[in-house]
This record gives sequence, structure tokens and C-alpha cells, in this order.
Amino acid sequence: MIHARNLPFVTTLAIFVIAYGLCVLQFPNMLSTRVIGNLLTDNAFLGIAAVGMTFVILSGGIDLSVGSVIAFTSVFVAVMIGSFGVHPLTAFLAALVISTLFGCLMGAMIRYLLIPPFVVTLAGMFLARGAAYLVSTQSVPITHEFIDTMLGFYIRFPGGGRLTLLAMVMLVVFAVGIVVASRTRFGANVYAIGGNIQSAELMGVPVGATTIRIYALSGFLSGLAGIVYTLYTSSGYSLATVGVELDAIAAVVIGGTLLTGGVGLIAGTFVGILLQGLIQTYIVFDGTLSSWWTKIVIGILLFVFIVLQRTIIWYSDRRLAVRQLKEV
Amino acid sequence: MNWFTRRLRRLAPQLAALAIILGVISLVAPGFLTVSVQNGRLYGSLIDILVRAAPVALLTVGMTLVIATRGIDLSIGAVIAICGAVAATLISEGYPLPVVIAVSLGVGIACGLWNGVLVAVLDIQPIIATLILMVAGRGIAQLITEGVILTFNDDTFSALGSGALAGIPIPIYLWIGTALAIGLLIRRTALGFLIEATGINRRAASLAGVRARFLLFSAYAISGLCAAIAGMIVTADIRGADANNAGLWLELDAILAVVVGGTSLNGGRFSITASLIGALIIQSINTGILVSGFPPEFNLIIKAGIIIVVLTLQSPAIVTVFGFIKATRRGDKLNHGAKEATR
Repeated sequence: MIHARNLPFVTTLAIFVIAYGLCVLQFPNMLSTRVIGNLLTDNAFLGIAAVGMTFVILSGGIDLSVGSVIAFTSVFVAVMIGSFGVHPLTAFLAALVISTLFGCLMGAMIRYLLIPPFVVTLAGMFLARGAAYLVSTQSVPITHEFIDTMLGFYIRFPGGGRLTLLAMVMLVVFAVGIVVASRTRFGANVYAIGGNIQSAELMGVPVGATTIRIYALSGFLSGLAGIVYTLYTSSGYSLATVGVELDAIAAVVIGGTLLTGGVGLIAGTFVGILLQGLIQTYIVFDGTLSSWWTKIVIGILLFVFIVLQRTIIWYSDRRLAVRQLKEV
Repeated sequence: MNWFTRRLRRLAPQLAALAIILGVISLVAPGFLTVSVQNGRLYGSLIDILVRAAPVALLTVGMTLVIATRGIDLSIGAVIAICGAVAATLISEGYPLPVVIAVSLGVGIACGLWNGVLVAVLDIQPIIATLILMVAGRGIAQLITEGVILTFNDDTFSALGSGALAGIPIPIYLWIGTALAIGLLIRRTALGFLIEATGINRRAASLAGVRARFLLFSAYAISGLCAAIAGMIVTADIRGADANNAGLWLELDAILAVVVGGTSLNGGRFSITASLIGALIIQSINTGILVSGFPPEFNLIIKAGIIIVVLTLQSPAIVTVFGFIKATRRGDKLNHGAKEATR
């Protein structure tokens, strides 16, 4: 018997497997390792950002600044390398430090000024986008030997597919995220805060430190996603990645994480990302469908999963009530 | 008179902020405050602010009601794109103007009702419920325009965006008229009061006999209606429907206008007038940065800075601290008085 809490995740996994099966029936070529390799590489930056978003949503918050932070990091890294001739590793380190501090600051505002996360990260979104415009409003290309060797590094699958460095980074982030969420004290605290912040505080969970760490983690991962995006496009552009936070939130919800916080799995987000990537790949394979169908299908999927979540909550509440009645 | 001073006290911070911002801009950019009449039409930066503020101001009216019910409507930017696409399609197919306007408004209300169903009937959190239409809406708008920027040439329709009546641009009439109509409807009846009750505690309100579900429906429907009017103004102004960029991020500007206007995101007491002044503040900042010759790159970061300052000053933590200082001062005075008396 599957636990009701894990039902959304199992449903998503089943939908993904069935959808992939149907796609393969129509286009047998979609079963190649090339398609899978590209699926992972194309969605690497989104996946990394979505891991941070999962932690934030698990704690009952939301982070709208993700897309802007990615844009800022990418343009910052590109200008550092392209215009100032800084070594890529130094630029990456600086970008990660800035984005982590930015996340810390937002977490502190949420915790100590008691402003809702939605509003704080909205202001953060404007600030990061504005900072990106300040750095440069033009698309900045980057060429550096070190980056070329980074992009040239990949593991070859049988069948011609490539597991690129970018995809590897995403997979590592997901693996670490799963361990942190399920096996560490920090992860348990995140779930506790998302379940009920007052109970968590009374139980002695360090709510302040954990909140700041959650948003710092989201900032760090957004920064990392920005670096991956820069490598992926070999350029930095301040107008890029508008609305990526919505894609990330959609992936988290489709992956079965409850938006009220406290329930969800990092692995679910991974399947959510794959499902979004699959829709895009299918549209490319089909050739007659237009790109706007991606948005509509993701909207429909969001709707289906949210209604599913509501039904599960309603059902488990009712079962709990029935049990309590019986005990009485 | 008492009513008037009470209103003024409520609006004082917003009015002061608007006055300061306008004052600073007029210091930096001389000639900012002049309004001239050319070809029987008013021109000037102040008029420009009022015209450009029209879409955000319209959205703000609906958003204030939705936020007062403890909700939020993220979809209005996408609704602008959908209604703009519908209006442009109908106009270019030669339908008469009243039909075009009626259908666009109907589509806007339908979008609002969809959100209402999710929030009021299925009990989904508003931020998530409206996220669905926010993501899918632009896709739907592109479906209607078939992926192109649909342009049209119809002078009567484009007058909605760029025309003038008795010297005053038409968008100004539209947003002030809509705000007045909805404001009077809400405040001259018990509706506003009931909406506040629903926002503060929906369950208690329902138990007290308030039809909370109906109120939620109407709040989201009004929000959709306002977005439809804004969508027509935007479309008429550029004589084309751009499914990707029409109304992009305007929902965030509207939310900020409401927050700057002092309505709490936790629902309850609201003031449409204060939210509208908030919308004017945001537009003044936008226009002011352009007029005073700053590079437009500074636009967002200055806006973000001002918003963070306003949010910090309004945040519950700071308000509690201020309240505490006030209370201790009053307490000191009382203690002092008591000591004097015993002496």
C-alpha cells in the first residue's frame, strides 16, 4: 500500500513513464540515449534552481527571485571573464558568494521583519534584475580556454548520447539535495517548519537560523544555476531567464510537493523537470505543434496535480476524522 | 468633517510619499510640473503619468478587492494578454466596436470566474490557483493570435488608448471612471464591509451568515473585468496584440501598488483610494526616472530600493517596535503624572 503522502509522487512517476512510452510508440527515435542526454543538459539550470525551490516550498515559503538571480549571475560572470579577464573559477566563486549573501538577506527580512516571503522575494526579483541591467544591458559572449575544456568534458553513453558536465552538476545537486532533505537535521527542520511553524518553534527547532539557511541555499543554487546557464549559452544576458521561477515552481508542484509546505520529495521535483522536458522534446519531434502548447500543457498538468493534492488532503482529513469518531 | 479628517489621516503617508517623489523629480527636471494645451489636448509630464498609470491603476482596483479577501491574483497580466488578443482578433475581422468591447469584457470576467471556482469551490490557495492561468494564459493568448503580433487599423478602437475627450486623454476617464464605479458599489453598500469580514476570518464570516463564496467569486470576477479593460487600453494604445509582452509583470506592479497603499496582504481592511495613490507613486517613479535623464537601467533598481524601504517601514516587526516606543512614552507620562499627583 502506497502512503497517501507519496501518492502525488507515484502518480507523477507513472504519468512520466506512460507519457514517455506513448512518445516512443509514436517516434521510436525518442528512446535513444541522445534524446535523454539532451533532455538532461537542456534542463540542467532549471533542475538546479528547482532543488532550491523545493526546499523553500517545503518550508512553506516561496522564492520569486530565482529567474532574476540566474540572469544576474550569468551577466556578472560573463562581464567578469569577458571584460575584466578574471579566471572563470574566481568569477564563479564571487558569483556564488554574492547570490548566497543575497538569499541570506532575504531570509533575514522574512524572519526578522515578518514580511511575507512572497513580497520579500518579489522585491528581491526587482533588485536582482535591476542589478543585472546595471552590469550590462547587452548580451555578453564569453570565450575562455578553461570554459571550452569544461564544455568539452562528457561521458559517452552507448548509442551516441552524451552526459555533459552540466547534466552531471544537476544530477549531483539532486543527489545531495535528496540526502540533505531526508538524512540531515537541517532537512528535518525544514519539514518541521513547513508542517507547522509554531509547533516547530515550541519543539526547539531553530526557526530563525533555518529560515535564513533555506533562502541562502535557494540563493546559492540559483547562482549555481546561473553559472550553468552561462556555460550552456556561452554568454550572459540580463534579459534572459524571465519567468524561470514559474517553471521551477511548476516542476516542484507537479513533482508532488504540497504548496502549503511540510510534504514532498526532492526526487519528485526531478521527475517534474523530466516531464516538462519531455513535453518540449515531444513538440520538437512532432514539428507541427507550436511552442505555446508547452505553456498550455504545463498549465493543465498544474491544474490536475493541484486538484489531486486537494482530493488527497480532503480524503486523509476525512479518514482522520472517522478514526477519531470511532475512538470516541 | 470628522469623516474627512479620518480619511486624510489614513491617506497621509501615501500622499506625502507621492508629494515627496513629485517634488524631487521637479527639482531634478525643471518643467516637470508644467501642463500645456496643444491642439485642444492637455500635455505634460503630469498628464503623462495619469495616462501611463491607467493599466496598473485598473489592475490595482481589482487586486485591492482580491487581497482584501486574503487572496492574490497572479493571472491578471496573462488576462491582459488574452483580452488584448481577443479584441485585436475581433477588430481585424471587422466586428462592430460594442461587440468587441462586450466580448473582451466577457472573456475577462470568465477568466476571473475560473480563478473564483478554484479558490472558492476547490479551496486552493489563491497564489497557486491563479498561477495556473498565469502560466497557461500566455499560451492561450498565443493560440488566439496564432503566434504573431496581431496588428489592426481601426481609429475608433485605438481611441481607447490614445484618444482624448474634452482635452483629457480617454485612458484617464476609463480608470478613474472604473475606480469610482467599483468604489461606490463597494463602499455605498455593505459589500466592502462583508469582503473585509471574509478576509479577516472566512470561517467566522460564513458562520455569521456572510456568503463568503459569492464574495470571493465577485472579487476575482471584478479583478478579471479590470484586467480586461486594461488589456483593451494596452492593445488600443499600440494598435496590436502582443501575446508575449502585453501586461508582462503588471500583476507584480499592481500587488506593489496595493502594498504601498497600506493594505495588508493578510486580508481585511482595504482602501482603493490608497492603492490608486500607490499606483500613481509607482508610475511617477517610472516617468520621473525617464524625465530626469537617468539611464533606464537604473529604473528597476531605484524602484526596488524605494519598495524595500516602504516595506521595511510597514513591516509588522517595525510597527510593533514603534507601537512599543509610543506605549512606553505614554506610560512614562502617566507615571510622571501620577507621581506629581501624589506629591
